[in-house]
Amino acid sequence: MYKIVKKKELAPQICLMEVEAPRVAQAAMPGQFLIVRADEKGERIPLTVCDYDREKGTVTIVTQVVGASSRKICHLEEGDELMDVAGPLGQPSEFVNEREEELRGKRFLFIAGGLGIAPVYPQVKYLHARGARVEVIAGAKTAGMLIMEKEMEAVCDGLHICTDDGSKGEKGLVTGVLDRLMGEGRVYDRAVAIGPMIMMKFVTLTAKKYDLPLIVSLNTLMVDGTGMCGACRVSVGGKTMFACVDGPEFNAYEVDFDEAMRRQGMYKDQEVESDHKCRIGLGR
Amino acid sequence: MSNKIPRVQAREQDPAARRGNFEEVSYGYDEREAVLEASRCLNCKKPACMNACPVAVKIPFFIQEVLKGDFREAARIIAIDSSLPAVCGRVCPQENQCEGACVLGIRNEPVAIGKLERFVADWSRENGVRFTERKSSNGIKVAVIGSGPSGLACAADLAKTGYEVTIFEALHKPGGVLEYGIPEFRLPKEKVVKSEVDNVRALGVTIETNVVIGRTLSVDDLFEKEGFKAVFIGSGAGLPRFMGIPGENLNGVFSANEFLTRNNLMNAYKEDSDTPIYVGRKVCVVGGGNVAMDAARTALRLGAHVTVVYRRTEKELPARKEEVHHAREEGIEFRMLVNPVEILDDGRGWVKGIRCESMKLGDPDESGRRAPVPVPGSEFDMEADVVIMALGTSPNPLIASTTSGLERTRRGGLVADEEGTTSREGVFAGGDAVTGAATVILAMGAGRRAARSIDKYLRGKYGSAELI
Repeated sequence: MYKIVKKKELAPQICLMEVEAPRVAQAAMPGQFLIVRADEKGERIPLTVCDYDREKGTVTIVTQVVGASSRKICHLEEGDELMDVAGPLGQPSEFVNEREEELRGKRFLFIAGGLGIAPVYPQVKYLHARGARVEVIAGAKTAGMLIMEKEMEAVCDGLHICTDDGSKGEKGLVTGVLDRLMGEGRVYDRAVAIGPMIMMKFVTLTAKKYDLPLIVSLNTLMVDGTGMCGACRVSVGGKTMFACVDGPEFNAYEVDFDEAMRRQGMYKDQEVESDHKCRIGLGR
Repeated sequence: MSNKIPRVQAREQDPAARRGNFEEVSYGYDEREAVLEASRCLNCKKPACMNACPVAVKIPFFIQEVLKGDFREAARIIAIDSSLPAVCGRVCPQENQCEGACVLGIRNEPVAIGKLERFVADWSRENGVRFTERKSSNGIKVAVIGSGPSGLACAADLAKTGYEVTIFEALHKPGGVLEYGIPEFRLPKEKVVKSEVDNVRALGVTIETNVVIGRTLSVDDLFEKEGFKAVFIGSGAGLPRFMGIPGENLNGVFSANEFLTRNNLMNAYKEDSDTPIYVGRKVCVVGGGNVAMDAARTALRLGAHVTVVYRRTEKELPARKEEVHHAREEGIEFRMLVNPVEILDDGRGWVKGIRCESMKLGDPDESGRRAPVPVPGSEFDMEADVVIMALGTSPNPLIASTTSGLERTRRGGLVADEEGTTSREGVFAGGDAVTGAATVILAMGAGRRAARSIDKYLRGKYGSAELI
């Protein structure tokens, strides 16, 4: 059992939990994910590592209520326990293999949508601590749904906020902000996009116009998360890959997003965010 | 003559009834039936059955005890060599092992050794008989990676010898393939698997779930940070194979591993489980092994019409005879000499059928079996909305790729000799992680041999003085 030592409501239906899992905390790196099960009847669901504290022996997860399993997790309170936490799984972000000297001064752009802001956080924090120059585009439906703004501000060199309704930051989508930044002549060595699959697809199309190297983190269906089931298979560069062991991060330009979205919908609409109608790409 | 008695058939759940439930198919023997079947054993001076058993259970000896009605003694004899008798009695391919070697089988039917083993194991569980005899602890820690058949067998033998054994399991429940792979109707989870795992725990073995070696901890961590003096890798063959044909990523195509894991480990067939499973109406299972039979019979129980396609003939089917027989009884259709070449899209990204070609048997291949070759121009389409690929599995590269000094074969298995010795000192391996997908009992045999090697290695290294 894994004790929830801290719980915070980040937005309606979105909660952050700090969970006691010393071995996982010891090994976790940015870009990796965990498999979490709320109780005996619960599904094994993949959740990206949102932070880790090796000394305290805790890992942080952020969950949004999208179905029965995520509701179960969000209903747990401080002091309660999660049945299972396994990980860290998947490959860490590529940049963790680079030396600090290589990262220093490198210009990174992170493009995060909705819940995607949470998994971007440990990456931004990691890079910022090593002297990289990191900017973040954070998009949400509305001001009230924007999460981790303060935390993010503390670890990045520029936070560009946008909301669907203009209630905070620019009015519009993350792709619009990306267009604006690139139009202003800003230069980035690399970009990383994390968010709903459809968002990542359109960020990829936008980034391509600028030849901006782009990594995406795929939140596919999974069961075991260790390479056993193949539920997470995705076509990358024309080859079938398992997101759980080969990923979850891939070169965005090689990902077949349409297939990935279709496969994600395998078990009906349970993964669709509760009330956010994603409009990215609808104008095309 | 005792061998004039016909083999006692175990009672089974009626096929018409069992197609609709997940309860066990075979009821096994009662005491009277077991004693009668035991009376058929010739108690050979040179028992061929024992030599054919990968863990060398003292078969005629336990059968003689059954005949006397001393089931407790029979259980004790089995427990010397096998930590999972209730499992083996149910899932071993006895026809190729002990029963295949039984002298009675030359003229008549062999003694039903599997059913007798199962009877004894079930009897001891129901009567609370458990054998926990072990030497006192020698304080030396050994890590076992994976709680499947090889890991459990290795851990049990090491614990009996006095080692402090911890098993690390990646999933949330111990048992490995016994838990995620083999379905309830063949191997009941609470009754059989849990109870046999508990027997291993009762020997003093600690099982830690949710620890993924290669991720949560590395093999180096086990030695350097956790103080283990030897490591056994029994991580199985978890990686599913696909055919590499067009349409394999359509919605509705699953690996047998995924389909069975959802159903078995995650209990998707139960109303109150949160894990979904998609069954469709017409299921096509590709493959002819035990896993294919398990997937087919699971889909049938979940309400689908099921066809198994296999590229060779009935004779080459690798599945146990009993499973094929049970599958047929339950109404599974078989199409032999058929091989899929494409999975067909319904236009919305879901499976609508499967394009196949007919095969014929050509010359024997390296496995000695006649290789199937396509018949030109024989393509035809079959309707299906779910396709389950049961083509075998390969070892998971996770541990080998994160551990220095561990050699791998071209097919991804760990390099280890008969005794489980790998290319790295102190690291031993066995079971499917070495051989690729095989059977429960072969994995157990490998686990036992590795346990002996580990004992020998540690005695050599730390001296027998420390090892009481």
